[in-house]
Amino acid sequence: MQLTSPESLIFWTTIIFVVFFILLRKFAWKPILGAVKSREESINSALASAESARLEMQNLTASNERILQEARVERDALLKEAREMRDKMIADSKAEAQLQGERMIEQAKAAIASEKNAAMAELKSHVSTLSLDIAEKLLKNELSNKEAQTKLVENMLGDVKLN
Amino acid sequence: MQKILKRKLDNNLIMVFSNKPVQFLLVALVASIPYFGFANPAVDSISVVNEAVAEHGAHAAPEKEKFNATELINDHIGDSHEFHIADWGGHPISFYLPVILWTNNGLEVFSSEAFHHDNEGEHVIDVNGQKLVRFKEVIFYADKYENLSEDDRKNGAFAFDARPLDFSITKNVFSMFMAALVMFFLFLVVARSYKKNQLAPTGLAGFLEPLVTFVRDDIARPNIGEKQYAKYMPYLLTIFFFIWINNLIGLIPFFPFSSNLTGNIYFTFVMALITFIITTLSGNKDYWGHIFNTPGVPVWLAPIMIPVELIGMLTKPFALMIRLFANITAGHIIILSLVSLIFIFDTVWISPVSGAFVLFMSVLELLVAALQAYVFTLLSALFIGQAVAEHDHH
Repeated sequence: MQLTSPESLIFWTTIIFVVFFILLRKFAWKPILGAVKSREESINSALASAESARLEMQNLTASNERILQEARVERDALLKEAREMRDKMIADSKAEAQLQGERMIEQAKAAIASEKNAAMAELKSHVSTLSLDIAEKLLKNELSNKEAQTKLVENMLGDVKLN
Repeated sequence: MQKILKRKLDNNLIMVFSNKPVQFLLVALVASIPYFGFANPAVDSISVVNEAVAEHGAHAAPEKEKFNATELINDHIGDSHEFHIADWGGHPISFYLPVILWTNNGLEVFSSEAFHHDNEGEHVIDVNGQKLVRFKEVIFYADKYENLSEDDRKNGAFAFDARPLDFSITKNVFSMFMAALVMFFLFLVVARSYKKNQLAPTGLAGFLEPLVTFVRDDIARPNIGEKQYAKYMPYLLTIFFFIWINNLIGLIPFFPFSSNLTGNIYFTFVMALITFIITTLSGNKDYWGHIFNTPGVPVWLAPIMIPVELIGMLTKPFALMIRLFANITAGHIIILSLVSLIFIFDTVWISPVSGAFVLFMSVLELLVAALQAYVFTLLSALFIGQAVAEHDHH
């Protein structure tokens, strides 16, 4: 390469480059780098907020799930309690009814027995009165007929062998 | 000490190439391109007879002139005072750029048309009473030029007593202005679009924003560190896009592009110097402590260690300078050599072969353009990161 006057290019390169650099820095690089940086920051913050929203959503879903679970458990507990209570009530009332029934039966039995005894006693007294009446009437009747009485005594005496 | 140096070197390599094998392969590939380019001396020395294309018949043999590939390539990769567009009927059509000289009599500004395309020190021009000639794009005082030897004339760029100081708007300066304007306009549009559109970027911003965030997230943050990177972002973005756009402009083979600005050592020198200045000014206590009192090294080794560390400070930007210059220039040289093959073999039948290879190289250069911008920015970030790193000593 043929070397030409060095001062020409060195002088102009220095001048042009320095002026060019200062101009570009003021009018191009600062606005461009600033815009790129601010946009990058806004993108980053948007991403971060999206991420936090996602996490919040996740938390919300999780808490919803938890609440639902709790509600379900509570419902189950309530149901179980109710069922138990119902069973208990049924059992209790059953037992009481049985007891009551038994007692009533007992009373009825006792009443029946006493009624029966009373009836028996009455019947006995009726029977005795009746039989006494019958016997009285019969005796009256029989004793009024002398022939028959005598005959009977004769029959009986005829059966008895005097030894 | 050797161990420490080796470890430092290993660390550097690991940091430079990151952990990604693909990046390493690409960097290795690109790094090898200059060797491939320069290891092709056959093209440089070949010169054959060809049809005359010279417009001024000053030479003795106007009918036939040697086609000199080296000269053609040097013309194209070097800087010049006028922007050559095309040749028409043996006459060059050029875009004449202003020549700005600081002569013994003060500032002189005139059009480069005054030289009439002369680059051999033959056409003497008179500017306000001062006689000037141009030899290989270097403008001399005519009287002092006469007294220079052939070698001095070839190294005329550094013969400051024989020539006025040259602050001309050369082809590369013009190209740089254009790149700066294009880039400034591009990013101004992007910056404006953010004011209107607070949502996802659209259009140009949608295309450029990933590159901006790439520089931030893959270059600045990992190498400089989360705490400090923001301060250096404007610089890293500027060099990344500036070098990239200038690389791309260099790949477009017609006016007003095609300049080899990023393949010019003066340009890469300034860029590397700025990185060096920023690195040095950013250096914290640990950085200077490592240079003047390397931890773990006995004090009596200081006379060796301090010069080594100081050289190390300079080799880093020096490598930056050479890497960009060599990669871009090599790409231009390869493409120009392939085009020159047509004239060297003096047949149109070679052009499909040349064309295919030029296409291949152009596509590769497209990759190199982005990659070299990336590498320059990455290494700048790395050096700054080393200067601002806070070591915790145990």
